[in-house]
Amino acid sequence: MTQFKFKTDIAPSQITPESIYEKRREFMITSGVLGTALLLNPWTSARASVAISDYKPNVVNTGEALTSEKDATTYNNFYEFGTGKTDPLQNAQNLNTDDWKITVSGECDKPGEYALEDLVKPFDIEERIYRLRCVEAWSMVIPWLGVPMASILKSLQPTSKAKYVAFKTLLDPEQMPGQKRSVLQWPYEEGLRIDEAMNPLTLFAVGMYGKTMPNQNGAPVRLVVPWKYGFKSIKSIVSIEFTEEQPQTSWNISGPNEYGFYSNVNPEVNHPRWSQKKERRIGEIFKQKTRMFNGYETEVAHLYKDMNLKTYF
Amino acid sequence: MADVLKSTAAKPLVFMLCLAPMLLLVWNALYGDLGANPVETITHETGEWGLRFLLITLAISPLRQWFGLAVLMRFRRMLGLTVFFYACCHFMIWLIADHSLNFTDMVEDIIDRPFIALGFSSLVLLIPLAITSNQASVRRLGRHWKKLHQLTYWVTLLVILHFIWLVKADYLEAGIYAVVAFSLLLQRLPLRKWIFTKASV
Repeated sequence: MTQFKFKTDIAPSQITPESIYEKRREFMITSGVLGTALLLNPWTSARASVAISDYKPNVVNTGEALTSEKDATTYNNFYEFGTGKTDPLQNAQNLNTDDWKITVSGECDKPGEYALEDLVKPFDIEERIYRLRCVEAWSMVIPWLGVPMASILKSLQPTSKAKYVAFKTLLDPEQMPGQKRSVLQWPYEEGLRIDEAMNPLTLFAVGMYGKTMPNQNGAPVRLVVPWKYGFKSIKSIVSIEFTEEQPQTSWNISGPNEYGFYSNVNPEVNHPRWSQKKERRIGEIFKQKTRMFNGYETEVAHLYKDMNLKTYF
Repeated sequence: MADVLKSTAAKPLVFMLCLAPMLLLVWNALYGDLGANPVETITHETGEWGLRFLLITLAISPLRQWFGLAVLMRFRRMLGLTVFFYACCHFMIWLIADHSLNFTDMVEDIIDRPFIALGFSSLVLLIPLAITSNQASVRRLGRHWKKLHQLTYWVTLLVILHFIWLVKADYLEAGIYAVVAFSLLLQRLPLRKWIFTKASV
């Protein structure tokens, strides 16, 4: 039998003791696993503000195929992190969502500063699969996790003067580099009529695809209003204000004749940039017809009875 | 440098460079690397490359005048046809993927959206230029050829407006292209002559 001879000119002091050697191996395995996990899953956010341990699955479903989690978390409009579709994924990872606070003010009996967790804790988290229709004529089907907005708002006890609810996104150009350029008026503002905000479909969303909300999708908490164009579903909310007057909204300030306060999905209202008659479902090549109120006509049409939706677009 | 540009290998090389962005797009399409909305990526890429080649084409004669690079004139036709090629791809992806080849839908989109009307007009104006780009047309049209091909300036203006008009809020990128385009167009105005006549009066 042939034996290989090794040159042993290594001094005993150069040899790593076995205990350290084992630890090093352990470290390499852990970092390898972690590294691979991060590589395989770059679109999940590292920090969590609302830990989602349990939720009621499938409370609302569209019956349509879900958009892939990868597409929904890599193709985002979130101008606070840049105007390109993949900018939010790249630039949102440093957003710190720990100890997230929300200021509640205006026409309600329980104003104050709330920890997000305290606002959400009293209620069950539900999984709701909604269509999301962007004003840019593309759409997705996303399984959100959240609490009905109505539950949250009722717990804050709005007064009879509360006709609208205004929301604001975090203003912090250090964490949100997109705010260093005045592409829009910062902070981002959105608003709903109180009956729209209280509609059972309106969701205060803290997660998607069974996980905590990724930063690029609006962590730690965002609105989801499925019958309106996507920009109404404001992200990374830090302020909720009950108002008597209709609040101003960011895109309306930017383009008053393009983006109305209501911005309900409506194939009949023409837009100067995109035909709203059709939409491209992400993952598909050809376009499909857009439905009135994004297919939620039964649930929400009554909110706009006797309103001319071409005037109040 | 000039020797390289004069060599017989230069033209095929430039031709490959002109096609490279398209080949890269096709490659990425085959490997599913065009992002979540491939149609949008292809639309934006073909449009932007058409504009880039348009600006490169417009830069040829200033480069010749200012730096004596007459040799660049060899490539101008090829570069101009590259603009037409990317414009056609840009149009076709819109016609096929956005309108499923539906002619009525297409016309409606042109009527309803000024930025689409501008883009469409640019393509239409490029057609006679592409047709008369051969040597025979240059000879047959004589001095009219130059006049006809000055349509390129109008195409540039239309394309820049087409780009600016479609921007939602972030004008930075379109603005950079606009500055480059206007510089290339402005330096063509007989400013020097104009200043000298003024001075002599």
